[in-house]
Amino acid sequence: MINLTINGLELEVDKGTTILEAAKKLNFRIPTLCHHQDLCVAGNCRVCVVEQVGNRTLVAACATPVTEGMEINTNSLSVRTSRKHIIELLLSEHNADCTKCYKNGECELQSLANEYSVGDHIFLDLIVDHKSMIDMSSASIIKDDSKCIRCLRCVRTCEELQGVHALAVANKGSEQKISSFFDKPWREVICTNCGQCINRCPTGALVERNNIEDVWNAILDPEKHVVVQTAPAVRVSLGEALGFEAGHTVTGKMVSALKRIGFDSVLDTDFTADLTIIEEGTELLTRLKDVLVNKRDDVALPLTTSCSPGWIKFIEHIYPDFLKNVSTCKSPQQMFGALAKTYFAQKRKIDPKNIVSVSIMPCTAKKFEANRPEMRSSGFKDVDFVLTTRELARMVRQAGIDFMRLEDVNYDSIMGESSGASVIFGATGGVMEAALRTAYEIVTGREVPFKNLNIIPVRGMKGVKEASIKIDGCTDEWKFLEGVELKCAVAHGLVNAREVMEKVKKGDAGYHFIEIMACPGGCLGGGGQPIPTNSKIRAKRARAIYDEDMGKPIRKSHENPEIIQVYKDFLGTPNSHKSHELLHTHYKERNRY
Amino acid sequence: MPDQEKLVKELADKHGRKREFLLPILQELVYEKNYLTDESMRYVAKELNISAADVYGTASFYTFLDTELRGKYVIRVCKTISCSMKGKDEILHVICDTLKIDVGETTLDKKFSLLATNCIGWCHKAPAMLINDIPFIELTPSKVTKILQDYIKR
Repeated sequence: MINLTINGLELEVDKGTTILEAAKKLNFRIPTLCHHQDLCVAGNCRVCVVEQVGNRTLVAACATPVTEGMEINTNSLSVRTSRKHIIELLLSEHNADCTKCYKNGECELQSLANEYSVGDHIFLDLIVDHKSMIDMSSASIIKDDSKCIRCLRCVRTCEELQGVHALAVANKGSEQKISSFFDKPWREVICTNCGQCINRCPTGALVERNNIEDVWNAILDPEKHVVVQTAPAVRVSLGEALGFEAGHTVTGKMVSALKRIGFDSVLDTDFTADLTIIEEGTELLTRLKDVLVNKRDDVALPLTTSCSPGWIKFIEHIYPDFLKNVSTCKSPQQMFGALAKTYFAQKRKIDPKNIVSVSIMPCTAKKFEANRPEMRSSGFKDVDFVLTTRELARMVRQAGIDFMRLEDVNYDSIMGESSGASVIFGATGGVMEAALRTAYEIVTGREVPFKNLNIIPVRGMKGVKEASIKIDGCTDEWKFLEGVELKCAVAHGLVNAREVMEKVKKGDAGYHFIEIMACPGGCLGGGGQPIPTNSKIRAKRARAIYDEDMGKPIRKSHENPEIIQVYKDFLGTPNSHKSHELLHTHYKERNRY
Repeated sequence: MPDQEKLVKELADKHGRKREFLLPILQELVYEKNYLTDESMRYVAKELNISAADVYGTASFYTFLDTELRGKYVIRVCKTISCSMKGKDEILHVICDTLKIDVGETTLDKKFSLLATNCIGWCHKAPAMLINDIPFIELTPSKVTKILQDYIKR
């Protein structure tokens, strides 16, 4: 233990604690910009400087571990003056056109400028031609270098959490910038569009490409029937952006708000999450049969999930040799889009050309996914606009809705019913758990042998989780699986996906089925989720998701009555010709830079 | 296999494929090819199994690892204060006039590139310049003309 004093107050902390953490224990907040709980220490923005008695210069609180007898002042005159100057210097290289900025009111630099009453320009403004510094080429991400303060949160995110390293620090000194490979436009590079960088950017340098106005225009057009679907992970996070504590589920309020905003049909992506389980589960069992019984060597195992568009783009860039291992199932968002303009249109007798299909996603990569040329199997663009959780929160505020006081409302039908299995899609391990609940039952006729259907080994925040289920007591049709130990792996965060893929590449893992989600924690930690998102908040959202699952009357995808109906009335059987036409897709190899 | 790819492979075999060998590999590539192309950096990234943006970030940090087209002979005239006071502008003028290029440009035959550089440590013998790795010091307009004529003949 180490003894020190901070602002005259004594305390004892563990060895290795930083000054920043020690001060927090005494309820002193030291401002930070480059520091982020999920990332390694950078110590480059300097706003956390504090005075260490006896030290000639100020030290960075985030990067300095405490030492015995240390005396720290976090708010002396020299600290205050230096901090103010540091903020002013950052602003001198920042396009501070705050009222026109998308992050206005949600910018960490702006709040610090406010906190330190930065008013008079004592430094020269170095940003002259800020219009040429914006990259709008990506479908998901807008990168505006004129607002970048080079804290490197994005670079560390892309490298440490995602292992992609699409962003790097280029040049030096006054020319330093956060750059892609050779400064190429964002749409051309290896970026997976996961949006984790957006979630951590303290300013407006990295933001989502927003579609709020497009959606308002569609809603205000009387000719259009605007259908909205909401992803599993949005209901447990939207509340955070509208006044609730983290971990508060707001499903009913969200549906109510969407209706008040003016969407014509408020439906649920969870419905197509259930559909994904039927299609993907069938695909897995078919592949197992093809490999184990028919000895086909053109069929690849392990099968990996395909719900996460960040993961899809990652494998297309980095492991193109394994694209045949990826499930051909579209993501629930795209399955929904394809059905909205076919099945839903027929049932509700609406001309599909008048349907505008909107999705609310915890994700920025979904914007890219919706724009993929493969995603037009209804004959139209299957999903017209994708909004992130943050964008929906903004629309709710724009509509002047008092969200916290809304009554709970149910989803519309059809395509609004869902099982608990689909709710857990929002958490890492959820797709695996949902698939096992259904596949095991198809094969054995019995429920998975876990208490309350909760497959605990695939849950939790460990980067890579492995589990196996021994299959016994198969029905006649599935006798070839008798005694087989089904080996599964679950990874979240692309740095962990890489670890799993390296194992697969070496060929010594023996997995049958792999679930991969691009974002830490799965969709609940998605790049489109409210800011901040960190490990504590992710844990709270996960708890909310599993509580929602437990509270559902139907817990297994194949028991969802609307799923049974869609096969009966429209699709025929799982993996049928029609299913393949509408619900399955293909992938393509992309460059490695 | 393209020439660049082959060279990168050879360099990786020679130095090793760990991240710490990125710099020596890039240095030798520049030595062989005068500058780093988009293509060669992609091969390096693939060979070392690191991201291409990382390779570019590293290369763009170092002034002597050029990422733009450079001629066979890269002339770097010191622009820092001692050389400036001792007549760097005159020297630059002579070079521009002789080679018909401006600072930052490369001759059409890709033989010469002209750049201004920060201090190269020859303040006591200013003005100074480098042609590739060789320093030339206490320059005068006539001395520079002679040096250039010599290089043009090569």
